[in-house]
Amino acid sequence: MLGSNDQEPLIKIRGLTFYRGSRAIFDGVDIDIQRGKVTAIMGPSGTGKTTLLKLIGGQLHPDAGTIHVDGQNIHELGTKALYQLRMRMGMLFQSGALLTDISVFENVAYPIREHTDLPESMIRKLVLLKLEAVGLRGARHLMPSELSGGMARRVALARAMVLDPMMVMYDEPFTGQDPISMGVLVQLIRELNDANGVSSIVVSHDVQETAAIADHIYVISNGKVIEHGAPAQMMNSELDWTAQFMHGKADGPVPFHYPAKELAEDMLSC
Amino acid sequence: MLDQLARLGRIGIGFITHLGRANLLLFFMLRGTDEVVWRPGLLIKQVFSVGVLSMLIISVSGIFVGMVLGLQGYYILSQFGAEQTLGVMVAASLVRELGPVVTALLFAGRAGSALTAEIGLMKATEQLSGLEMMAVNPVRRVLTPRFFAGVISMPLLAALFSALGVLGGYFVGVGLLGVDDGAFWSQMQAKIDLQNDIYNGVIKSFVFGVVCTWIALFQGYDAVPTSEGVSRSTTRTVVHSSLAVLGLDFILTALMFG
Repeated sequence: MLGSNDQEPLIKIRGLTFYRGSRAIFDGVDIDIQRGKVTAIMGPSGTGKTTLLKLIGGQLHPDAGTIHVDGQNIHELGTKALYQLRMRMGMLFQSGALLTDISVFENVAYPIREHTDLPESMIRKLVLLKLEAVGLRGARHLMPSELSGGMARRVALARAMVLDPMMVMYDEPFTGQDPISMGVLVQLIRELNDANGVSSIVVSHDVQETAAIADHIYVISNGKVIEHGAPAQMMNSELDWTAQFMHGKADGPVPFHYPAKELAEDMLSC
Repeated sequence: MLDQLARLGRIGIGFITHLGRANLLLFFMLRGTDEVVWRPGLLIKQVFSVGVLSMLIISVSGIFVGMVLGLQGYYILSQFGAEQTLGVMVAASLVRELGPVVTALLFAGRAGSALTAEIGLMKATEQLSGLEMMAVNPVRRVLTPRFFAGVISMPLLAALFSALGVLGGYFVGVGLLGVDDGAFWSQMQAKIDLQNDIYNGVIKSFVFGVVCTWIALFQGYDAVPTSEGVSRSTTRTVVHSSLAVLGLDFILTALMFG
């Protein structure tokens, strides 16, 4: 899957600034997503990790800065070119985002039916192969409401991969999963990345699982990239903030207490 | 004083912004017309969901409204010895007013609220975002077929309501109260005018279909993607649609018969 411009990052984010109201979600962020690698974007809840994926997918527009995906500035593309590029992107939403009125098979077949004129027999083979890869070929007749959370995400993963995209974005893939489902997803993300030669972006705050499969980790907070590097490097980071996040310490640069008056002062005032 | 003025201004700007977004959505839905032309399956599925599944409530309501009209009409008309014109009264009331208006109110409650909840939940569960990321335009793919299904279904449902209402009136007037069978139908045939009554009723129900479906889809698409947000939007669909139907009915009636 890797092309001639292998050395260039697949996604190049420069000076990204994005506001929600008056609050800066990103303030001059630079990120490179390398081809063929699993890159993790980590940070506490509410730091804009999902927003970052929506910016990369062109669903949101930045207030400043650029995002180049495979050499194209995604926010300068027309609708047609944007949709062409999105056909080469897969995205796994936190909820799975399966269409609830059609079966597992039809959900996975959906992008093929929308974007190609392949005969039915070919569609069937492709869908079954993708479902086999996520271990759910036998569940193809089920409706999304009959799936567990982990199964729904695996179906969504099969759907995200069905058009053989150049990259897949994972939005909090491990949240709310039992240990077995989590283990399956961890393994699948790595295996699908390596087997299909795609580039993966995993947005998560599950440190152990993400560190186990990532090639490179970016830690973001308060609209800035705090630090980035290989997982081992991040686990042994000397920066207080990174150490607190990676090791889940209750107190540190991110305080345990929400800003408030002194306890004694608060207790005596009434 | 200044604060109140500023608040009023904010409400005004909010209203105009809201209206602008609704108009933009209508524009984008209409721009996706070719989607339903080339893929009629999408439209047929929605006509079933929006129209066919509303038939039961429309039919039952139509019969009962017609029966009440027959009963009330008979007692008033008999005071003037004009009970033989009961058929005209029942049919004119239904075709001109009650058919389109009551059908639209029921449509807003049954199909409109369902559309808003469906689209709102699709938004809350990221299905619409998912479609966008699969390079599928959710307005063309999801909203446009539902819009046209509502516009097509509404006049047909209003016609069904009126037809069954006339039968309800016939059952009470002729069957129970002894109005002459021939007079009931012949008076109706002679006095109900195709242009003034039938066409105008169809125009009304078409307009109500556009407005009710548009409101329902916009409220769903614009819903805050939480359970409370979807619930509020569903309520707003019923309230706004009902008010719009009653207000528009007055305007249309004034234009048609004024």
